[in-house]
Amino acid sequence: MKTKFSMQVDAVLANESFIRSTVANFALHLKPTVSEINDIKTAVSEAVTNAIVHGYCGKCGTIFVECEIDEDVLKVCIKDNGIGIKDIKKAREPFYTTKKDEERSGMGFTLMETFMDSLDVKNNAGGGVAVFMTKRIFN
Amino acid sequence: MEIKYITKNNALVAKLYGDFDEYTAEYVRMSLDRILADINFGIGASVILDFSHVSFMDSTGIGVLIGRYKKYQKKQVNLQIANPPAQVDRILKMAGIYSLMPLI
Repeated sequence: MKTKFSMQVDAVLANESFIRSTVANFALHLKPTVSEINDIKTAVSEAVTNAIVHGYCGKCGTIFVECEIDEDVLKVCIKDNGIGIKDIKKAREPFYTTKKDEERSGMGFTLMETFMDSLDVKNNAGGGVAVFMTKRIFN
Repeated sequence: MEIKYITKNNALVAKLYGDFDEYTAEYVRMSLDRILADINFGIGASVILDFSHVSFMDSTGIGVLIGRYKKYQKKQVNLQIANPPAQVDRILKMAGIYSLMPLI
C-alpha cells in the first residue's frame, strides 16, 4: 500500500500532543504494536519540540508534517521555517544542548535515532530544519 | 497533566496524571518546586514520583527530572520513581535516571 498525508500546524506547545497522535493514528494503517506506536509518538514529539523551542524559539511559526506509508515503511518529515541548526553533527551528539541554563536533557535526536530506523536532519535552503525519519513496521 | 499528592507510609507520593511533554513541563516543574518549598521535609526524607498514570513522556521530562533532582538534593530530600509504564521506563533507563532516583 502507498498512501500519504500532510498538514500544517501552528508551532505552539499545545499542538504537540495533537501532532504526535495524528502521525501515530496514520501509522495504524500498518498495524503497529503498542510499543511501535509509542516509538513513533516519542520521535515525532522530539522533532516538534525542537522546531518550537529551538527553531522558532517560542515565536509564531508553522510546523509542516508530511507522512507517507510505502509498503511496510512509515516515512515522516517534520519541517519548520525557524533559525536552523548551526552544527547538526554536534546537535546530534547525546546530551548536547545549546540551552544549558534551561534544564534540557539534550536527548532529543538520540531518542529519534533510537526509536526510528533512520534519521536525517537537514537545514533547508530557505531557512529552517527538515527532519526525516523512517520506521519499518513488521507484522 | 495533573499532580495529586498523597501521603503513604510516612512518604509523600506525587501521582502524575497525563502527558509529560514540553507543553506540561512547566506545570510539573512548578508543582514539585512548590512542594519542596512549602513542606518542611526532614533530612533524608523521600518523595515518590508515581508514574502509573503518565500516558506519555519525552526527553523534556528527563530535563525536568534532572532539574528537580538537583533542587531536592540541595535540601537533602530524595526522589524515587514508582510504576513507570513501558514507554516511560525505556526513556528513564536510557537517560540513566534510576541512578539518581531509584525505582521502587
